[in-house]
Amino acid sequence: MFFPHTETDREAMLRTIGVQRVADLFQAVPAAQRFPKLELPSAMTEMEILAELNDMAWANSTARDLISFLGAGAYNHYTPAAVDAILRRGEFFTAYTPYQPEISQGTLQAIFEYQSLIAGLTGMDVCNASHYDGATAVAEAVNMAYANFRGKKNRVVLSPALHPQYREVVRTYTANSPIVLVGDNGEVDPEDGPEALIPLLDGETGLVVVGYPDFFGRIFDYTELAEAVHQAGGLLAVSANPMALGMFKAPGDFGADIVTGEGQPLGIPLSYGGPYLGLFATRQEYVRKMAGRLVGETVDNRGQRAYVLTLTAREQHIRREKATSNICTNQGLMALAAVVYLALLGKNGLRQVAELNYHKAHYAAESIANLPDYKLMTDDIFFNEFVVRCPLPVAEINEHLLEHGILGGYDLGQDYAGMENYMLVAVTEMNSREDIETLVDVLAEVSND
Amino acid sequence: MNIPSNLKYTKNDEWIKVEGKLGMVGLTDYAQEQLSDIVFVEIIPGIGETLDQGESCATIESVKAAADVYMPVSGKVVEVNEGLPDTPEVVNSDPYGAAWLVKVELSNPGELDGLLDAAAYQEFCESRLG
Repeated sequence: MFFPHTETDREAMLRTIGVQRVADLFQAVPAAQRFPKLELPSAMTEMEILAELNDMAWANSTARDLISFLGAGAYNHYTPAAVDAILRRGEFFTAYTPYQPEISQGTLQAIFEYQSLIAGLTGMDVCNASHYDGATAVAEAVNMAYANFRGKKNRVVLSPALHPQYREVVRTYTANSPIVLVGDNGEVDPEDGPEALIPLLDGETGLVVVGYPDFFGRIFDYTELAEAVHQAGGLLAVSANPMALGMFKAPGDFGADIVTGEGQPLGIPLSYGGPYLGLFATRQEYVRKMAGRLVGETVDNRGQRAYVLTLTAREQHIRREKATSNICTNQGLMALAAVVYLALLGKNGLRQVAELNYHKAHYAAESIANLPDYKLMTDDIFFNEFVVRCPLPVAEINEHLLEHGILGGYDLGQDYAGMENYMLVAVTEMNSREDIETLVDVLAEVSND
Repeated sequence: MNIPSNLKYTKNDEWIKVEGKLGMVGLTDYAQEQLSDIVFVEIIPGIGETLDQGESCATIESVKAAADVYMPVSGKVVEVNEGLPDTPEVVNSDPYGAAWLVKVELSNPGELDGLLDAAAYQEFCESRLG
């Protein structure tokens, strides 16, 4: 039962801190701002509110109404109906690992299976119960590497071809810390391959982070980079698109020590601001430095299979300020969506979806490359996304595309100097051959205008 | 509670056994009892590293808590107990013997004077047990 403070409690607290009234605590806020007059419209009925909210919702254009070629970290994939049907069940419908976890065996089993599948997909030994999204998962990798070397290696190399927003989140996490971020301040040309990062390695380098595919959609084999990083005494983190792992080599197979990723492609709808899903997996030897919840399988006192939260002494409620991270919140419901999605598709199904993405993207890339005024800038292996140099500013082209019901690609000029007119085009299994042909036709038309 | 009289102690429950210029460091019987079943030991420094007094030299984790072990004195590491991480339960069964953590060459033997003797440590432990 919850007992609020009594008047006597409040008086005792105020006396202790030497304040007369509660209002005195707010003196720092100017009086005019303390109780501003709110010009609110008069109250509406439920029916009126619903109508107004519906109007607002209909004002949005979504990937359902448009043909989408926009990716850049979030992808328009098909989600089987069973995913929603299962995760909306009352027994599962919470975003959190429960506070008395062992009483919710079903939730723990689902998380355990999620961990097992992601570990398998990434080629890692252990996987935590998830982070918020792909960006925060990278930031946790930076924290982990820093903790692993006990603050003695404070240099982190970020590939400039890692998602710009992920790099921004890492900057936010590491601001005011001794961690020094290098690699994306102009030291390396973002269009170069991973070998360009090798000269940046030194004995102070604790971590190198690369994308797989990178922000431009390119797939590199990071074997040589991993060897160079390990030789320099650091760790390699790979931020992967789990869908791409359906057909490409697992990062664990080319020497990654940490694999993070955005789990959204695995059955999670596109939505502005999430909820998305941060994947985080690593090798067994680093498990005690890993942040986040971890579910383990064991047997109970009757010899029956049971699931528990395990290795919790890593976490901040026990290790306090010595913990790698002060975040142990996960995206339980989104992790459930991902495990249901993966279980429904199976290994072969995921491979098939990945290959559909790959082939459709390559068909689109070839078709666009054949247009006289467009140039395909991606000449490496790529997954479902590629870069095109356009004859006009991307924003202008996207306006034309929108008139034809097409959501165009991402304007790389926003993030990269020298990439004005560069469009990042994503193609998924949701794009039919006709969709792709319509895109190509409109692109041709735009350049002829 | 076992508190050997030939060792020196800290208020953070480390012991040090001094032989000539060398000191062997570990966690006390009182500490292992408080932590309960030890499941993980990580020794931080490598041989040749120099640690300051109070610097962390090991992390010990039990089923209910994690504890850092700090250096009772400063010194240069000459040996670490490499087998201990594979048998963390030894911290429970033999805290003053097989569960030693690091052996250092003392940089400043004068620091030993600031440590507790067995009697003082015993008194300190009893005061905490109430």
